[in-house]
Amino acid sequence: MSAPGTPAGNDEMLLDVRGLTIGFPAGEGLLLAANRIDFQVAAGQTVGLVGESGCGKSVTLRSLLGLVPYPGEVLDGEIRWLGEDLRVASKQRLAALRGREISMIFQDPTACLNPVFTVGDQIVETLRKRGGLGKAEARTRAVELLDRVGVPSPERRLGAYPHQLSGGMRQRVMIAIAISARPKLLLADEPTTALDVTIQEQILSLLVEFQEESGMAIVLVSHDLGVISETCDEVVVMYAGRRLEAGVRQAVMSSPRHPYTRGLIQAMPSLEVSDEPPPVPIPGQPPNLADLPSGCPFAPRCEFSRPECESVPMTLDADVAGHGSACPFVGAPA
Amino acid sequence: MPVRGGARVSADTPLLSVAGLTKRFTDRHGIVDKIRRRPPPVLTALDGVDLLLRPGETLGVVGESGSGKSTLARCIVRLHEPDAGSMTFDGHDLLGASGAELRVMRRSIQMVFQDPYTSLNPRLRIGAAVAEPARVHGLIERGGEQDYARQLLERVGIRPETLRRFPHEFSGGQRQRIAIARSLAVRPKLLIADEAVSALDVSIQAQLLSLLEEIRADLGLTMIFIAHQLAVISRLADRVAIMYLGRIVETGATADVFANPRHPYTQALLEAHPRMDGSRVRKPSARTEAPSPYAIPAGCRFHTRCPLAEDICSRVDPPEVEIPSVRGGHLSACHVLPRLGEAHPPAAVSEAPG
Repeated sequence: MSAPGTPAGNDEMLLDVRGLTIGFPAGEGLLLAANRIDFQVAAGQTVGLVGESGCGKSVTLRSLLGLVPYPGEVLDGEIRWLGEDLRVASKQRLAALRGREISMIFQDPTACLNPVFTVGDQIVETLRKRGGLGKAEARTRAVELLDRVGVPSPERRLGAYPHQLSGGMRQRVMIAIAISARPKLLLADEPTTALDVTIQEQILSLLVEFQEESGMAIVLVSHDLGVISETCDEVVVMYAGRRLEAGVRQAVMSSPRHPYTRGLIQAMPSLEVSDEPPPVPIPGQPPNLADLPSGCPFAPRCEFSRPECESVPMTLDADVAGHGSACPFVGAPA
Repeated sequence: MPVRGGARVSADTPLLSVAGLTKRFTDRHGIVDKIRRRPPPVLTALDGVDLLLRPGETLGVVGESGSGKSTLARCIVRLHEPDAGSMTFDGHDLLGASGAELRVMRRSIQMVFQDPYTSLNPRLRIGAAVAEPARVHGLIERGGEQDYARQLLERVGIRPETLRRFPHEFSGGQRQRIAIARSLAVRPKLLIADEAVSALDVSIQAQLLSLLEEIRADLGLTMIFIAHQLAVISRLADRVAIMYLGRIVETGATADVFANPRHPYTQALLEAHPRMDGSRVRKPSARTEAPSPYAIPAGCRFHTRCPLAEDICSRVDPPEVEIPSVRGGHLSACHVLPRLGEAHPPAAVSEAPG
């Protein structure tokens, strides 16, 4: 899959992930939470990893900064950041990258902010440590940052503790910290899932605005196809640790090829009351990683499944303008 | 206070009518507040809610965190005692009921909660969990539990052979099916689903919505379906009530409200819904958030976030205005938008009378 040009016209390849495989020991064997995942991120671009619970999207994102939770580990593949393989990078090297070149925000900002320090302390600490600013300088910059992410009366908010802020405001503070060093890449793990829909829209707009200003790239993980299709240039659809479909957003969303992507789009509730067909559920249960069928993991729930699905190689067919599907039977390009 | 919807829509006797329902929670009195002789903080969860539910109808209640939608559900099943207002269920005073009468009403109103991981007893086999309410209410004979549980589980799409398993052996979607089976065990007239599908993945969510739709048709259930997302209720709800900070700000037939939202908050909710076609035109990001339910703004409670707010909005609590609609009973509590609507009738409501 080749990355098409970004709106900014900046094609510098930042991140190149190939064959990423992440395993967790389970009993005698291994669960593969991510299984040969490939994707690339160019400067200024937004790539979305979308899928349901347990598809491996979050662990894939965490692995990029060496944050796979114990006892899981990256078993295979390459994570190249501007050509450097982060899989073999030292702890010091990763620590130096984190927050400076690559930042991350999470679903639950409450868990990420220290409850016993004020928001100001936490931003100032980051600015002094990472940016090497003096105390007064850091404070001024903290006010600027809070103002930039849309926190009202920022001077006053510096003295607030996390519990005194709403969920949306906490996420804004997290974003302020994440963008403080003007990173080249922001990893966002379900950043709006815990928020109300009107606040979600504000946070997504904020991310897109800052991206346009700074040329930062984003990898966005979400279970919500709506959020993904509103913000991303490229989409990777994941299921049971596998990449089932990937391509430019317009292509994947308007002419999905893999039966799972199609099912997911059809299952989305819509705002239409009568005219649209009602959401169509995908039958069956979510996959159990400990008990996956050979071949395509979606086959047990797929309406088009056939015996050959057991021996599908699960690689994307490189095809039309970087829109690939792992299903050789359905949705082949005409 | 006028009863929402009025008798204009249908002559049916309502199954449930709620008027002026108010619920406040008083915080623990902190030591500093005590010394300074300040009153403890009071959270207003419901502030004069009226609603009317006819038999067989499904009402969707939509609102964001702090809008009071869950408190409303809990007041109706009397898990919370409201501070003011009245509720009538099936011709009986629901608030005054006690003893045997309350037991009958509790049986008739059942609830399904959001989190299927905490709503089922982890130490009770699912067959026992499902039959338990029926046994408690004396609906089945001793020894008949297993057969009864089997029927119910089958009804919600759980293989009846699994009735001796424990909740942890099931996925979230399956557990929610079990919770639904349990709520149906006492043959309720009204089912309240409080964010019953919100914690589930999209593919499973759609399965549960289909199931609820089927069950409702088969059993002739009346439903209150609570969600924080408009899209989730669009399929099930005949009517919708949009809540904001403890009050219903707009209500009407779902199709009317979606096609012609006449409250700025409803418009904001519809507008904020993510679009699959990526068609959104991004505006400079707004910074407004809902005010705290500890300090509900004077006048219209939405005026602090409202793009259309006028002088009057910060002073006068807006009364409900009837909006011309196809199906009737469309009300909006806004000073401005209903008036603008007359000047620019949207194409979608061209069939509306007047």
